Order: sequence, then structure tokens, then C-alpha cells
Amino acid sequence: MNLPVFYEKRDIVTPGDLLADDDYETGENTYKEDGKIYATRVGLVEYEGHRVFVVALKAFYVPSVGDMVIGKIIELGLGSWLVDIGAPYPGVLRASDVFNRPFRPQRDDMPHVLDVGDMVKAKIVAYDRTRAPLLTVREPDLGKIERGQIVEVTPTKIPRIIGRKGSMITMLKQETNCQITVGQNGVVHVRGRSPEDEQLAVIAIHKIEEEAHTSGLTDRVTQMVRKEKGGVVNVSKEA
Amino acid sequence: MKSPIMIRVKQKQIAQLASLGKRLDGRGLNDHRKVQLEVGVVGRAEGSARVRLGKTEVMVGTKIELGEPFSDVPDHGVLTVNAELVPLASPTFEPGPPREEAIELARVVDRGIRESKAIALEDLCVEPGKKVFIVFVDVYVLNHDGNLIDASALAALAALLNTKMFNYEVKEGEISKKPGYTPLPIKNYPVAMTFAKINDRLMLDPWLEEEQVMDARLTITTDKDGKICAVQKGGNGHFTTQQVLEAAKIAKDKAEELRKLVVKG
Amino acid sequence: MSQKKPEKLIDKDGVRLDGRGFNELRPTKIEVGVLANADGSAYIEQGKNKILAAVYGPKEAHPKHLAMPDRALLRCRYHMAPFSVEERKSPAPSRRDIELSKVITEALEPAVFVEYYPRTSIDTFIEILQADGGTRCASITVASLALADAGIPMRGLVAACAAGKVEGRLVLDLTDVEDKEGEADLPLAWMPNLNAITLLQMDGSLTIDEFEQAVNMAVEGCKQVSELQKETLKAKYVAVKEEVEE
Repeated sequence: MNLPVFYEKRDIVTPGDLLADDDYETGENTYKEDGKIYATRVGLVEYEGHRVFVVALKAFYVPSVGDMVIGKIIELGLGSWLVDIGAPYPGVLRASDVFNRPFRPQRDDMPHVLDVGDMVKAKIVAYDRTRAPLLTVREPDLGKIERGQIVEVTPTKIPRIIGRKGSMITMLKQETNCQITVGQNGVVHVRGRSPEDEQLAVIAIHKIEEEAHTSGLTDRVTQMVRKEKGGVVNVSKEA
Repeated sequence: MKSPIMIRVKQKQIAQLASLGKRLDGRGLNDHRKVQLEVGVVGRAEGSARVRLGKTEVMVGTKIELGEPFSDVPDHGVLTVNAELVPLASPTFEPGPPREEAIELARVVDRGIRESKAIALEDLCVEPGKKVFIVFVDVYVLNHDGNLIDASALAALAALLNTKMFNYEVKEGEISKKPGYTPLPIKNYPVAMTFAKINDRLMLDPWLEEEQVMDARLTITTDKDGKICAVQKGGNGHFTTQQVLEAAKIAKDKAEELRKLVVKG
Repeated sequence: MSQKKPEKLIDKDGVRLDGRGFNELRPTKIEVGVLANADGSAYIEQGKNKILAAVYGPKEAHPKHLAMPDRALLRCRYHMAPFSVEERKSPAPSRRDIELSKVITEALEPAVFVEYYPRTSIDTFIEILQADGGTRCASITVASLALADAGIPMRGLVAACAAGKVEGRLVLDLTDVEDKEGEADLPLAWMPNLNAITLLQMDGSLTIDEFEQAVNMAVEGCKQVSELQKETLKAKYVAVKEEVEE
């Protein structure tokens, strides 16, 4: 049985657009008022069973426990670092987490390990709106970033960069010969064997961000990357 | 990750590339970013222009009013340049009166115009000692992505060339407007060229991240005859004499390119 | 030395100085995402008005003592460029700038889900590059879009439009000269989906009947503005979609 709806699937909606009425439940980027459900952001509307939600075309990152994020150290506190993860609140990384033992103020040299301006891969272990998100680096592949390029995209596009079952990111890694790590907060780390390879990956990521809401994207990006590569003699590939 | 603190890894990359004579955005050391110029963008201003230098965007509007001359030059018009670093242009700009960055910007742009005698101020006298024309040049930064000086100076020049003054007549000591306009008399075309020093290399037209890494910057303003009319060194670092002279030569040549864009032939 | 006052603002056929009818909005053009640094931005040209709005946030509130424990601090700053008006205006905020900043903030507050982001601030900066009357309304219209462009969740967009009385007739969207020479000016901001008036001011003289008519007229004007706002937000994405899916 089809419940009455006001938009077609994947239509673009704007804040305040009436999406459905009381028969539905509110999903992401919607709210209910007086028995009517409206969009809160610009995006594509989806109806799934009894739920209506909006896939936002642009939104800043809101921390979620379990997310892997890539952030920038912006402040040194006593026993902890403040990390800019592109969310309304900076993340907190405790020295005890990084050193894997209680912090010793007299002896531990924090800037030596992580200084203001350093990029770090971390995971969110705790977050609720009353306190700043708590980060950890106590997992494999987390920690300070020493080399490579950092790309920032709007976080809602991250699923597109990864692709269905990882199809997009796998293709990118192969075609550009780079290691690519995607933070849920919209920050991507690219590490390749040459700056040219890295630049190619960066350009591809920006293209995906720009055209994320269109179809046939994976093919177009693959074509673009191959075309760009064709013009560059890549000495680094000989190894 | 909008906080203004620079990413360390990027800082290193920019510095390393500099020692190799390269830049992160692929430009040559003496290449400026793409320049887009529009004039007459704001109707209420007597003259206006908008310059996009890469992603840096600056708008300049000129206003002409009648006022009193300075007592030491009673028969000259007055030029006054003001710069606003409005908060919408950058997360680092805050509302409030102009801070030192804005004041330096305004004064460097002013120096280029004044010292090259671009505006014939002696032609702007209405009644010596009593009434002269005041030319207000207001620099409005809309997006800060580095090198505000060159973008502002270029926009200021274009705005001045776009400036029209109302015609007037003086009857029995009263000044009244007459129909029609006259272009503001512009005699020279100063163009500023700014270099950043990174790892002992000079690079033209630094963008924001290069500015965050640089030791110092040097602005050389030249006029239509290739003479230097204003120089400003900024930042905590230093330059060697050789570097200064090298910069001056490059500035002179590069300025000519941009001058053509503004003056149109 | 001032401008010559026009003889008549509305001629015998009911045509206004700029060629419009009573109920017509000035030609309007809007764009979003025009500034690179801001989190959200929008630009509007409405008749001779040219206004730019930018949003930064939500981010940690500074200074900390202004932060609120249960919601975000919404701040809007209305500011005019010195070259935006006939006589050069000093860049220092005037009392009018400060009042307008306040009422504009209060017009947008009901629309923003500030309770989602405690202890943060959302800063909106409005710069008037060229002014010709009705700038507070155009500012609200464009600031709304900048907030949406920044991805800040909103209950709806806020549209604004003024109505007024000029030479005895009620008109929509007054220009500067119509406001200065006319009998009343009534700026109004409205949220279509909630049927809520979030800004209402009036100066001049109107009977109760005229007041009611003017309010209704302004609301109708806001409906038109609202349609333009929605089109603008969608336009960016529709254009890319069309371009690549051909």
C-alpha cells in the first residue's frame, strides 16, 4: 500500500519543503511539526517504507561514535590535544591515549609527539552533545600523518567517494597508484609514490564531490583519470 | 577544518618545493594567478572595479565629494584610501575598526597612487583654501586567499580609471551640479607586485598557504615608465640586497602585463 | 548638493518611476556558493540592491562567556560598504546598522535549529555593496540562503519583502526614493511553511485597513521571493546534473 507523498523519489528538496504527513516517520534531515514532515536541508528526498529522509547535498560533519576521522591538531592542553575535525566541536585526544599510559607532565614532551599543525588519523570513542568528542589513536593504521596530500570534501559525499561496495575507491587506488584513506568527516588522505600521482587522485576526488548526485559517475571518473594519466610519463611506475 | 592553523605536512611540502624552485599549485616562481577584472560593478560609486586574483577577491569603490583641502596644499584635491577586511572574507577577520593589516594594506595602495601622481590632485581644486574634491578609494576585501595588496592595488587602479566626476559650476560662491560627467584625470598607472620569500627563494603572488609559510614579503610598485614609486617589506624575516634588486626587475616586467589588462591598450 | 527630487513617483496610469506596477517586485537575481572561504554564502541583486551574505559556523563560540549551554548563538551583522550609497558612508557601524543587525538576527532565529549545537556560534555577515531601499528585506532573503548553503538545518527559509504607501497608493517593494518620499514603509519577513511573520516593522502613517492590506501585500510578495529562493538552491545541483547526464 502506498502512502501519499509529495515528491518523487530523489527529487531535490529545500529546507521547509513539505515531504509527507503524519503517516510517516522522520528520518535524517527532516522534522515533524503539527503532523507534517518537512526537510531541514537541501538534498534528495527518499521514501523507505514508513520513513522519509533527505540525503543532504551539503552538510558539515557531526561526530558519531566509531567513525574514523582525519583531523588537525590546533591546541596543546595539559594532558590532551584539541583536534579540528571539521565538526562544530573540536575533538579531544588525551595524552594517556597516545602514550598508552598515564600522562607524566614533568617528563612527557607532548609537542615532540604531536604538535600544532600535525594531521592525525583517529577514531571517535565517545560523543554526546554535552561534551567534546573524545578520540583515540589506539588502533592499527591510526596516528600521525607524515606524508601525502590532504583533501577536504563535504562529508555527505564520502559514501560516493567510497562507492557501492568500495567500487569507486578501489578504482581510484588502482588507477592512481595511491593509498587513499577516507575519514568520515570529509577529510581524505592521499599518499602516492609521486606528487603527480597524488595530484591526480586529488583532482578525481574533487570531481566526485562536484558530481556526486549524478549517475554514471564511476565510469566518467575512470575515464578522466586514464585520460590525465595518458599525458604524463610516470617514471615512478618503474619499480 | 577551517581553523587558520597551517597543516604541518603542507608547510614542509611548500618549503621543500620552494628550494627546488617549484610551487604546490604548479606555478612558476614568477607566475601570478589567473586575473579576472570587471569594472563598473557598483552603480552608486563614482567608479568601481572587482578583481579576482586566483580565489582572492577584492572590490574597490570610489566616491567623490567636496571638502576642505589640507592647509599645506590649499589648492590640491585630497586622496584618501581606506581598506576593510570584512569578516565574510576570512575566518580570521573580525568585525571592528581596521587593525594593522587593514591599515598597512590601505597605506601601501595609497602610496602607489600618490607617489606615482596617478591622480592629478592639482586639477581637483574648486576654490583654493576652501573647497576641493576629495577622492575616496574604498578597498573591500570579499575573499582572502592571499596577496591582498596586489589585488587591491589593481582593483583601485581600475576603479580610478572607471571614475567619473560630476560637472559643476560656481555661482556667487555656491557650487552646483551641472549635467554630465568628466572622467577623473588619471596620469599614471601604478601596479604592485608582491613576492614571498620561502626557503630563500622569491615567488610572485603568494596565495594564502604560501603566505602562512613565508619568512617575509616584498611589494614593489612600478609606474607606467617602469619607475619604482613604492616599496613595502612585510613580515618578520629579511631580504638580501640581491634579492631586493632581483625582485625589482621582475616586478617591473610583470607589472607591465597587468597594466595592459587594466589600461586597455 | 543633493539629487533633484522627482516630480511624481507614480504617474496617472499607475506606473512607478522604474516602470513597475503596484504589486510588482523588482527584478531579482540570486546565487549561492559565491565565496570560497565562507561555510555558506549567497548574493542577491534586486533592482539596484546588491547584497552579499556569508555564514561561518557552527563553530566554538568566542569569546567563551557568550556561549550558551543549550543552544548555538546566532549573530548577524548588517554592514554597508562606503560606496554603497549616494553620499559616502563611514565604514564604522551606525546606530541604524546596529538596529538592523538585531532585527535581522531575530528574523532568522525562528528558522534555525539552534538547539542542535549547544555552545557554538553561527555568524552571518551581510555586506551591502549597493543600496536602493529595502536592504533589510533583501538581506534576510539572502542570509537565509547563505545559512542553507552552509548546510545548517533549518525549519524553513525566511523570505522578506516590504510594502508601503506612496502618493496615497499601497505598493510592493519600495525603492529608496519611494521610501524617502512616501507615506509609509513596512518591511516584513515570513516563513511560508510555518505561516510565521518573523520580522515586522513600520514607519509612517497608515489606517488600520491600510495596515492590513499592506501586511497581506507584503506576505504575498514574500511568497514570490520564497519561490525564487528555492529555485536558486536547486539550480546549482540541477545544472551539474543536466550537464553530466546528457
